[in-house]
Amino acid sequence: MNVLSFVQAFFSDSAHWQGYDGIPSRLLEHVQYSLLALAIAAAIGLPVGLLTGHTGRGGNAIAVVANAARALPSFGLLVLAVLLIGFGLLPVMIPLVVLAVPPVLVTTYEAVRAVDPAPVDAARGMGMRESRVLFRVEVPVALPLILSGLRTAALQIVSTATIAAYVSLGGLGRYIIDGLYQRNYEKVVGGATLVAVLSLITLALFWGVGRLVVSPGVRRR
Amino acid sequence: MIRIDSVTKRYPDGTVAVDRLSLEIPDRSITVLVGPSGCGKTTTLRMINRMVEPTEGRILLDGEDVQRRPVTALRRGMGYVIQNAGLFQHRTIADNIATVPRMLGWGKQRARERAAELMERVGLDASLAKRYPYQLSGGQQQRVGVARALAADPPVLLMDEPFSAVDPVVRKGLQDELLRIQDELGKTIVFVTHDIDEAIKLGTMVAVLREGGRLAQYAPPAELLSDPADAFVEDFLGADRGIRRLSFFASDALELTTDPVVPADAPAERLTAAGAPYLLVTDADGRPLGWRERGSTGGTERLLPYGRPFRPGTDSLRAALDCAVLSPTGWAVAVDADGRVTGVVSQQTIGEAIRSAHTAAGAHSAPARGEDEKVAG
Ligand SMILES: Nc1ncnc2c1ncn2[C@@H]1O[C@H](COP(=O)(O)OP(=O)(O)O)[C@@H](O)[C@H]1O
Ligand SMILES: [Mg+2]
Repeated sequence: MNVLSFVQAFFSDSAHWQGYDGIPSRLLEHVQYSLLALAIAAAIGLPVGLLTGHTGRGGNAIAVVANAARALPSFGLLVLAVLLIGFGLLPVMIPLVVLAVPPVLVTTYEAVRAVDPAPVDAARGMGMRESRVLFRVEVPVALPLILSGLRTAALQIVSTATIAAYVSLGGLGRYIIDGLYQRNYEKVVGGATLVAVLSLITLALFWGVGRLVVSPGVRRR
Repeated sequence: MIRIDSVTKRYPDGTVAVDRLSLEIPDRSITVLVGPSGCGKTTTLRMINRMVEPTEGRILLDGEDVQRRPVTALRRGMGYVIQNAGLFQHRTIADNIATVPRMLGWGKQRARERAAELMERVGLDASLAKRYPYQLSGGQQQRVGVARALAADPPVLLMDEPFSAVDPVVRKGLQDELLRIQDELGKTIVFVTHDIDEAIKLGTMVAVLREGGRLAQYAPPAELLSDPADAFVEDFLGADRGIRRLSFFASDALELTTDPVVPADAPAERLTAAGAPYLLVTDADGRPLGWRERGSTGGTERLLPYGRPFRPGTDSLRAALDCAVLSPTGWAVAVDADGRVTGVVSQQTIGEAIRSAHTAAGAHSAPARGEDEKVAG
């Protein structure tokens, strides 16, 4: 049997489409974990990135923090969090957020730093206040890069959220872990395929959002 | 009026960008700050709208220290134009221009109308309103920059090398446009450039700065050309300042003669009569066709080209001289607004006019400089 036939077998089995272990509910769980983690990472990374990028201060500190966070293994963090806090959603969120903050933070910082200084200078020269300079002049131009940071974070979260299954939570990781345990490779491949599809959907969503919120003047078409 | 009162700017790293500079910037005219790169022009300009704060001295706007004004209110009363226009690339041209009016709380409709009005004023086609900056040429972007600075009708305009990044032909167009706009609006403009020709063309008053942010000379352009204060200014003005100075003398005092001017259909004896060695042949409307060597015959296709004529009253002595120098006969052709010949004038006559103009100008330029020196103190 090859991988494609595993995929076909997994998705054509009607039992896989029903109940608490069915594809719709696992998918929904996975999306929920991912959205929550992305929201928390954005709530941390965006404001800090915008502020440091705007003022130009704290760039070194950001690099240090981001590199340290990147060096932490997600699985190790999960184990540590469970040992310290116990089971539940929180210990799963910790590694996901730690994983997602660096791309959001660093890219946002870099994106704002990279904005052409001339319009910023012009904006100040015409009496614009700093908050307006940031949100009306810098952010609209930095938006494509900021979104790319969020996209990177989202993709990493979607694939890593499978670890939730290790601590008895749901999500698409269930299929992979249960499948491995049960030596049911159809399930493993099915779960992995679903993660890949969700990643593609995430990519498409970000592309769509980019089309909607980035000005044609910045997209240059 | 803007008064710069012995202002010094020392940056934190110790660089003295401006050194005890004093200038009185007259209202409703263009004052140019010119000098080599790094001589403190930008710093001076940015101290006026408090983008840079002086280390010592004060800047007065209508008698009041700018330090006392809230920064945002001060800046909203001063248009600011920079080198690469600095347009907001995510906003349409109309929205770029409407930025300050919108900040001041104008309604959408009113701001849009104002933007349309300004686009016309700076010579931008209305069809560009919905475009984005990347769709415009450098020269067009710079026009938008000027329109944006004028949008809320501020009495003061600060311009930092606004035309330096465009090619010479476009630059000339922008300069002419600025002079035209200034004729209509009468703003108090402080204009920074490193290009002395631009300074001379645009400035009512020109402040020449030298390295270290010190004032070398503050004078009207004609006086700068006739009486440079020292070797630095003379050097900075470059060669042929004598010729360039002629731009400031009107050509309407030139004595024209119509003796050698003949219509193409004139009787043969007029074409051969004694007098000047060349005849200027005109068409039935009096427009020039070309020069004919006395005694020569043949149709109008055999005429010598008459070069570029000048217009007394509009053109300067420099244009008249240029015309005479380029003419194959050594005579310059004067025309009226409709291009009809009003007379011709020889190089020799122009030379005499130049000498007497210099003598007359020299007689009253001396006291004028004396006053300026006091101001520059
Ligand atoms: N923010 C700054 N910090 C330190 N030195 C500066 C700063 N801005 C300008 N300078 C220095 O001050 C001098 C004058 O600069 P500037 O006013 O920009 O000159 P210009 O506009 O005539 O070229 C230069 O030597 C420049 O390097
Ligand atoms: Mg400069």
